[in-house]
Amino acid sequence: MKKHLPTFVVLGAALLVAFTWLKPRSRGEYARATFGQLPTLVNGRVKPLDTVARTSLLTMQGRQRLVVPPGRAIEPIEWLLDMVYRPGLADGYPVFEIVHPDLLALLGVASADGAGQKRFSARQLEPKLRELERQAKLADEVESATRTPFQRAVVQLRNNVVLYQRLQGTFVAVGSDDFLPRLTTLEKNLPAAQALMNGSHGSGVADPAFGKTVLELSREFSTMDTFSYLRPIPTQDPGGNEQWKTTGAAWTDILSTGKAWPAASAFVRIGTAWHDRQPDTFNAASQEMFELLQSTRPDVMARCAVEARFNSAEPFTTSMALYVTAFLLAVLSWLRWPHALQRMAFGLIVLAFLVSTAGIGIRMWLEARPPVTNLYSSALFVGWAAVALCLLLEHFFRNGIGSVAAGLIGFATLLIAHHLALGGDTLEMMRAVLDSNFWLATHVVTITVGYSATFLAGFLALIHVFRGALTRTLDQATARALGKMIYGIICFATLFSLVGTVLGGIWADQSWGRFWGWDPKENGALLIVIWNAIILHARWGGLVRERGLAMLAIGGNIVTAWSWFGVNMLGVGLHSYGFMDAAFWWLIGFVASQLAVVLLASLPEAKWRSAALLASRAPALR
Amino acid sequence: MKSFILQLRDLMVALKLTVVLLVFSMLLVFAATLDQVNLGIWAVQQKYFQSFIIYAPVGRVMIPIFPGGYLIGGLLLINLVAAHLYRFKFSWRKSGIQLMHAGLILLLIGELLSGLWQQDYHMRLGENETKSYAESFRGNELVFIDATDPAFDDVVAIPEARLASKTPLQHPKLPFRVVPKSYYPNSFLQARSTAVGAPGAVAQANAGFGETIVAVPQPVTHAPKESNAPTAIVELIGPDGTLGVYLTSTQLVLPQQFSVAGRTWKIAMRSQRAYYPFSLTLLKFSYDRYPGTDIPKNFSSRLHLKTPDGRDDRDVLVFMNNPLRYAGLTFYQAGFENNERTTILQVVRNPSWILPYVASALMSLGLIIQFGIHLTGFVRKPRPAPADVVPVTTKSGVPGRVAQGTSVA
Repeated sequence: MKKHLPTFVVLGAALLVAFTWLKPRSRGEYARATFGQLPTLVNGRVKPLDTVARTSLLTMQGRQRLVVPPGRAIEPIEWLLDMVYRPGLADGYPVFEIVHPDLLALLGVASADGAGQKRFSARQLEPKLRELERQAKLADEVESATRTPFQRAVVQLRNNVVLYQRLQGTFVAVGSDDFLPRLTTLEKNLPAAQALMNGSHGSGVADPAFGKTVLELSREFSTMDTFSYLRPIPTQDPGGNEQWKTTGAAWTDILSTGKAWPAASAFVRIGTAWHDRQPDTFNAASQEMFELLQSTRPDVMARCAVEARFNSAEPFTTSMALYVTAFLLAVLSWLRWPHALQRMAFGLIVLAFLVSTAGIGIRMWLEARPPVTNLYSSALFVGWAAVALCLLLEHFFRNGIGSVAAGLIGFATLLIAHHLALGGDTLEMMRAVLDSNFWLATHVVTITVGYSATFLAGFLALIHVFRGALTRTLDQATARALGKMIYGIICFATLFSLVGTVLGGIWADQSWGRFWGWDPKENGALLIVIWNAIILHARWGGLVRERGLAMLAIGGNIVTAWSWFGVNMLGVGLHSYGFMDAAFWWLIGFVASQLAVVLLASLPEAKWRSAALLASRAPALR
Repeated sequence: MKSFILQLRDLMVALKLTVVLLVFSMLLVFAATLDQVNLGIWAVQQKYFQSFIIYAPVGRVMIPIFPGGYLIGGLLLINLVAAHLYRFKFSWRKSGIQLMHAGLILLLIGELLSGLWQQDYHMRLGENETKSYAESFRGNELVFIDATDPAFDDVVAIPEARLASKTPLQHPKLPFRVVPKSYYPNSFLQARSTAVGAPGAVAQANAGFGETIVAVPQPVTHAPKESNAPTAIVELIGPDGTLGVYLTSTQLVLPQQFSVAGRTWKIAMRSQRAYYPFSLTLLKFSYDRYPGTDIPKNFSSRLHLKTPDGRDDRDVLVFMNNPLRYAGLTFYQAGFENNERTTILQVVRNPSWILPYVASALMSLGLIIQFGIHLTGFVRKPRPAPADVVPVTTKSGVPGRVAQGTSVA
């Protein structure tokens, strides 16, 4: 039994993971999942409404989970439906995260008024929106890099409020209670409305009230077209190319031609049914729209179906949990039940690796791009490649070290990725200069693998120092094995960083006519190469041994973190596409922590807790 | 006791020197990257990489504080070459490493040469505008244009450095001597009437625009988004005495005109130009966005390329990742202005462009050989057995060892 326990545990975990990938189903009477799969064009990409709801919530309140009074958790898509079609209700949902004390004071709310001390509803902000707008305008004039935390908070909240209103304005006229009923009336009397709009009142003068409604609606349509966040209405341009229109533009067209559009009508019925709480009509209209698109744009719908399932599976959250569990088990294995726990940890790491591989694979397929396209995906990929290397190490050395390192790096990189995702949709369109799959696949991937390997060497070195200095588990053989691992990984890191940097130079020459321009991002890559070269030459020259190697490898963590994130914070250079200002203190903290470990490592070896083990000539293990 | 030469040789081939130099280069690159925020990329290259010693101001004196790129790179080059010559012995095991270092040597030389030879210019073209020259980003020149014949201009250009050194000069094409009086690398212009008491403003000119304006010297700027506006005040002296003292500045858009001996001359300060034996005309600049967004998908310029001899007379398209390479020059899309109607092309001349490619090829080959050797060695070696002994801590707190049965089947 005991022998098979690890197998059972891993199989059980695999089963749980499999559950997360089941087709998303909506609980209750409303087929919200069907609605969530409907596609829309936003920020240059066609994506399901489910993604829009999730990324909007993430941007506004830092998480996808939403708890509405009186303490009921609702799905993101349900929030989207409520916000658009039942604003009276949804304006009371706490979806705006505000933490800056001065901003709270400005808005006249106290953190105690917010859900979870920091989330507020549109209704709570309502009285002070004008003041928020004024403050945001003041802050807009300051360059983003030099804004104070207060100004940054103001701008962010203003942008979130705008996003909220633009989302509403995608489907309905904001601030009007009877927009959908009026639209339904219009749809029933389209020919008359068209005649009105074209100024030909020929047969039978229309009812003046109706005329007023039409005029009002046509004005609302053009406002909606201007402020719409999404383009949910598929159509074709005269050339037969796919085109996506805003609801406002679609209705303007309908009004001028007098011909109804099934897609535009479907949204009216869906909205009316959601507002009037008629699940049957809602389900039927959603299904109809779904089938309509399925027949006209099967490829788009296939992508949206996969993306919706990917969203609900949340593969990276799953892997994060698995990595952290595996890490703890592997650490425990050095103290107790080494054999069983190591197998268990290894199995969980493999599982987590498979899940994130699937996640990255799906992202690549959705985008039709190589794995690394922005900072977020680089974090995913750095973790993925490092874990792949760890699996190889564990396969060869079988001492649990690979599992510990994999668990730690896998968890850490996914955590970083999670925080990088707060900016919105992570499947972005590539800005002009990056729009080259060839170079993204070669230069960017190689460089990123170089980051992975350098980090892995650094984390192995951390394990060396922590086990040696703080525990009594580091014997001579393990220390030697760790030394070999670090050395091997650094060789690998040097290879990939060097090749990646040279490929970058060639890309630069191809695009800009010069191989090297001392641009910050280029320098960052160069620093990693030089640092790795220093480590290798120091070892070849006998300047360092196992402990020194570990200390230098930890330095590699600093260099890589700087080159990965630090250079983006400078805000200069041709490569400053991944600009970010919030993470600065995290970077400082990380660098300080690494320096602290280097200091710890520089304690004389006799003071390490594993000193006796390291000194004793233990029997060679292999 | 070793002779000095032998000591020097031992130092130059030492691996320790390599490590020390690498550490120095690391610090250099790091500092240079940070300083880009203050100095901008061009000044940083001058100060850190294309220099032997980096100086920092302490009070009013400049003291050397760190070796510059040429010194570190040069020593690294000597160290690399010396170490390899000294220890060179051909063996397959080392051939990969040797090739890789040969590539590195070539890369360093290539970087040195491109630092010396590479030139960056820019070309601004409005729609339907034709130019056969590009302009320097930083360099300026004082030009005298003989505009007597409306069909063509005869231009004599004087580089900034000659003006700064204030050496009077005489050119066979000019019927007058040019005597630089003052030169300000950066300045702004002000009307004489309002400039009374402005610091540094000295009214020297007595002809042309200079009669009504003065130049106020400004500190030289390196900020990425600013540029310097130099002013030169020159006296022109003909055979019969002075022709006047002229104030010229890049801030004056129109040239100043005067006549000498029946010929019409224009004098102007402008960005240094590089003339090419062909012309480019902008047909159309396009900024493509992803639908419904402002995210740029592509920037492109459709141009017409023409040589006077008519050998080339064709349309070309420059877009991101796809520059025009012609006559040893690379034209790439660098920007746009004027409501998307003017394109800005960067023009790079880098005669040593081939070296990095050769170096990369050598390095790649070296790495492939080296890793191939290691990999075959690794695969041939018997696999290490799984760890069957792990340390545990016994109850007394004394580290001990417990054998775990070899249960792996």
